[in-house]
Amino acid sequence: MNNTADLIMIFLVLTNLMLLGLSRMGACIRIVALQGVVLSFLPLILNQWNFEMHLVLFSIVIISLKGGVFPWMLNRTLRELSIQREIEPFIGYGISIIAGTIAFLTCMWLSHRLPFPQPLMSPLIVPVAFFTIMSGLFLIISRKKALTQVLGYLVLENGIYAFGVALVKQQPMLVEIGVLLDIFVAVFVMGIAIFHINREFDHIDTDQLSRLRS
Amino acid sequence: MIILKLANPVLAIVIAPFLLGVINRTKAVFAGRRGQPLFQTYYDIFKLFRKGAVYSRTTSWIFRTGPLLGFAVTLTASLLMPFGGLPAAISFNGDLILFIYLFGLMRFFTVISAMDTGSSFEGMGASREVTFSALSEPALLIGLAAIAKCTGFISLNQMFSTVVPGLWISSGAVLILTAFALLIVFLAENCRIPVDDPNTHLELTMIHEVMVLDHSGPDFGFILYSAVLKMWLLGQVIIGITVPIHTHNIWIDTSSAMAAMLILAVLVGIIESSMARLRLLHVPQLLIGATTLSVLALVLR
Repeated sequence: MNNTADLIMIFLVLTNLMLLGLSRMGACIRIVALQGVVLSFLPLILNQWNFEMHLVLFSIVIISLKGGVFPWMLNRTLRELSIQREIEPFIGYGISIIAGTIAFLTCMWLSHRLPFPQPLMSPLIVPVAFFTIMSGLFLIISRKKALTQVLGYLVLENGIYAFGVALVKQQPMLVEIGVLLDIFVAVFVMGIAIFHINREFDHIDTDQLSRLRS
Repeated sequence: MIILKLANPVLAIVIAPFLLGVINRTKAVFAGRRGQPLFQTYYDIFKLFRKGAVYSRTTSWIFRTGPLLGFAVTLTASLLMPFGGLPAAISFNGDLILFIYLFGLMRFFTVISAMDTGSSFEGMGASREVTFSALSEPALLIGLAAIAKCTGFISLNQMFSTVVPGLWISSGAVLILTAFALLIVFLAENCRIPVDDPNTHLELTMIHEVMVLDHSGPDFGFILYSAVLKMWLLGQVIIGITVPIHTHNIWIDTSSAMAAMLILAVLVGIIESSMARLRLLHVPQLLIGATTLSVLALVLR
């Protein structure tokens, strides 16, 4: 409980629960950005603050993408939209928080039963990474607005990133950069897509989009 | 020794109403008013005790016992709580559960004496009170359980004397989460602003005020007194976690706890003047959030 990695993990859990309970999309964008920035310090911390060149570079790239470019693009999309908050999600906010708590407990239980090849830096990393992945998925399936679903996707990626950092001692740089590039393109495309959906239909309700075919 | 043990309940009786004065003064300063005197709550209580009570013909003995029992129960709870360097008067394993459910008993009697008036208006307030307390009770119980797990003791007296600066270094995150959850519980249980506005007399916004509308004179005085005592006791729980000063010098310990109590009152005043009351529908969400924080604290340890 005493090292910085644990504190970052607790911060991650709290931000996930906040995302599950918030309806304002602007606040959600800021929280996801903050989550990404804080997570980008994780490889440095797990390496005992050894400032190796590639780690520092990697952190800088992640900070500028997750803390700068993504929120900027999403905020620009949000400005174009007619609505600023998620109204009537499939699962209400109170229930979402309860579901999140239960998911976290499940993740804690699950990680106790998983055998790991080497001892981990912090016992919390694996359950919290799982929990972040699960809450990202939960955001995608339980919210109606396309923008919140993009945010859920970003949270999911944060979870995968935390999981990778925890398990792999030497960062496979190429893989991570590739994933990051994919996400960059995805958010870019989704931002444009949301913009066009909004201009075409005056809303970004994905719930109603599925009825278009008939 | 017996004087030391009884010092805490006596302190609670003497100083608790002052806390409300501090909160009101802070709010007045924020609003740019001069505000009521700091000792206004004492004047109110004395005034009410000198008056006679009016009882409706539809009420029964329940209505008359409610306020008295509430006062007696909070006094009993004050026997279980240590404060700064002062030990609790009664201490045994598991007394934290008794501490929490004494408040449950008090709430039960407030609610049935509200129902006893037969007024649908009071029934509405009672229903709201029960709904919200059902959500804030787990937060309090699990929060205290987290502290108990942290310190390894299950009696309030030992628990709070084990919260030392060293524990803050080794498991500060747990203590911060619990303290935050307990602050939300403190605001909810004492009908403070994000949950209930103590100043309103509007039908749609009040929770606690509704239930005590039909009480008058000494009965209302007892209700007021037990409300401030409850605030003092729940404040002590927060202070016990956040102010880990145990120097074995009673004067230093107790005066630092007292100062922390005043700071807590000022903090509540600041929260009340800078926040709006939440919509009634959003209150459960806040309380569920508090419960979640407590659960996290319990699991993370």
